[in-house]
Amino acid sequence: MNNNLEINVHHVTRVEGHGNIAVNIKEGKIEKLQWQVPEAPRFFEAMVRGHSYQDIQTIVSRICGICSITHSLAATKAVESALGLKVSEQADKLRILMHYSEQLQSHTLHVGYLAAPDFFGTPSVVPLVARATEAVKLIVKAHRIANNWSDLIAGRTTHPVTLIPGGLTKTPTEKQLRELQQTLKDAVPDFKKIAEVVLSVAANIPKFERPTEYVSLKQTTPPAYTFYHGGVTSNDNKGATVPIEKWHDVANEYVVEQSTAKWAKWHRDAYAVGALARFNNNAELLSSMAQGAAKMFGLQKGCCNPFMNTVAQLVECFHVVETSIELIDQLLTKGLKTEKVTSSPKAGKGAGCVEAPRGILFHEYEFDKNGKCVAADMCIPTNQNHANIQKDFEKMLPEILDQNEKDIRLKLEMLVRSYDPCISCSTHFLNVQFVR
Amino acid sequence: MDRPRVAIFDFACCEGCQLQIVNLEEELLDLIDNVEVVEWREAMSEQSREYDIAIIEGSITRPEDEQRIEIIRTRAKTLIALGACATIGGVNKLKNNSDMQEVKRCVYGKSADMPHLATMPTKAIDEVVKVDYKIHGCPIDRKEFSYVIRCLLMGKKPEIPEWPVCVECKSKGNPCLWDFGQVCLGPIIRAGCGARCPSSGFRCFGCRGYIDNPNVNGAKDVIERYGLSVDALKAKMVLFGIGQGPTNE
Repeated sequence: MNNNLEINVHHVTRVEGHGNIAVNIKEGKIEKLQWQVPEAPRFFEAMVRGHSYQDIQTIVSRICGICSITHSLAATKAVESALGLKVSEQADKLRILMHYSEQLQSHTLHVGYLAAPDFFGTPSVVPLVARATEAVKLIVKAHRIANNWSDLIAGRTTHPVTLIPGGLTKTPTEKQLRELQQTLKDAVPDFKKIAEVVLSVAANIPKFERPTEYVSLKQTTPPAYTFYHGGVTSNDNKGATVPIEKWHDVANEYVVEQSTAKWAKWHRDAYAVGALARFNNNAELLSSMAQGAAKMFGLQKGCCNPFMNTVAQLVECFHVVETSIELIDQLLTKGLKTEKVTSSPKAGKGAGCVEAPRGILFHEYEFDKNGKCVAADMCIPTNQNHANIQKDFEKMLPEILDQNEKDIRLKLEMLVRSYDPCISCSTHFLNVQFVR
Repeated sequence: MDRPRVAIFDFACCEGCQLQIVNLEEELLDLIDNVEVVEWREAMSEQSREYDIAIIEGSITRPEDEQRIEIIRTRAKTLIALGACATIGGVNKLKNNSDMQEVKRCVYGKSADMPHLATMPTKAIDEVVKVDYKIHGCPIDRKEFSYVIRCLLMGKKPEIPEWPVCVECKSKGNPCLWDFGQVCLGPIIRAGCGARCPSSGFRCFGCRGYIDNPNVNGAKDVIERYGLSVDALKAKMVLFGIGQGPTNE
């Protein structure tokens, strides 16, 4: 039992952005336990003001290097909603295909490079190259496939350039899509091997549970495991959806007592977003291989172990690959057309919502009659998870107090990493808590 | 020869350029064999205070970050600015268009004056400390990164293109986006990206910064020929690194 313990993790490693963990225990009593975010704010809301509706996605994709396609998609959808622009069925499908490439890229990065070292007990993926050469090579290959896929549809691996209000600047050729489809088919056995390797160390995933609210998109017409369309739902909202325009009613940003940090809550004092939230709300709609992967790990709907978010991401990798193979079939069957996209400025306000790999993301913009941005508002997934991370800390620490300092520190860090936080995203728009 | 000790640090940015290093995939494993990576917070848990090469991603936006980069500079023999935020201030400089108090109020409302939200006009790295090499782009081109590091390992000076994006765009046989009514910055922006954006049908918006001697007047001639205004060109020149080069005119 630790009667006195002080842990200060300055800048948690293997996460995107800067976060700190502060723990202070005196005479067996937890005096301080905080998840802190000291990331330098970048003020994107102020940065987009005055810029043309055509430049918004180019600016805001820079919110995040890992989920830049997601930010561009949310922004583009919001702009289209504000200007009343319609997108063709082909462009819609190609965008979903583009979005899947980023889910795969980000999930592979998190599962393979950032989280796996914890399961193997190494400080980074580098020592794993020698210890699990085959598995690391498969991860690297999967990551490369996802990046080449983004390159093809988005024009770049990071910060897409084919997305414009109203559609896309470029249509891939049928030959390119056929090749991509074959690559994905060939990669299925690789993902099975990756899953087996992760399963072999799954005993090192901490067993911790805390029921919470899980918030994600949900698509009912037609029913699909969605990252792109649909309304907002949660287990506490009993599966009913809220239209994305009403996202302020979901996020309910609030100020915590000991600071002015804005966190998010809906039906409870905190909620979680991300792969586990999507799984908990939509698991029955996963592709068959993804359902098989979930079974392998014993992951079931209603799981409230945040560490299982990493497993849910792995499950989603199967879904993304399998669904994309089908989606390419649909596109090829219809035949690809070159589409000319035009748009003109108009005054209006609109919201766009998509699932980032790490959870639901909201963008909202208002434009004047010349198409200049007059107001912007975004709500980032990691921001929505900050309060939930704090609540997890508060339940978990008393449960592991009998462990040594090193293990406690590692478990707290692993918990943060399991949310796959994107901290530079989360500090761009909302107040951050800062504790001296 | 001992393997050089390399450390990677990030300031205000999206970490997308670090991601491009990861995106070297198999090639990264070879590079890592030839250097000793002693600190890289996004990818590993180890930390160090001794390094030969410091790679800096992001812009400087706070006084404490100015101090941090100065300390890093004193420890590093070679300092590389990685990506547009570091080389020219990137999109972070968009906020320099406004008064800082107004910027804070816009995002943080009533809490704008809290001390931890202090911000200052964005600076590129070479506005604070000496930069030895710049790897341009938003994000960087991973092949160029690998090339620069390999040059440094061999003691060679890397050659970074001093010609405009148009050169690469033309050699790819792309139709000129000006013919499609797009305000493309290709004529004045540094090549080396393979003209990725215009090749995808999207105008060059200048993420690699100006070439050292841009023919601004030539560009003006071009846009007048296409019946577009100089103001439209200027508006497109401010997405990245406001205040660098010719925009000071």
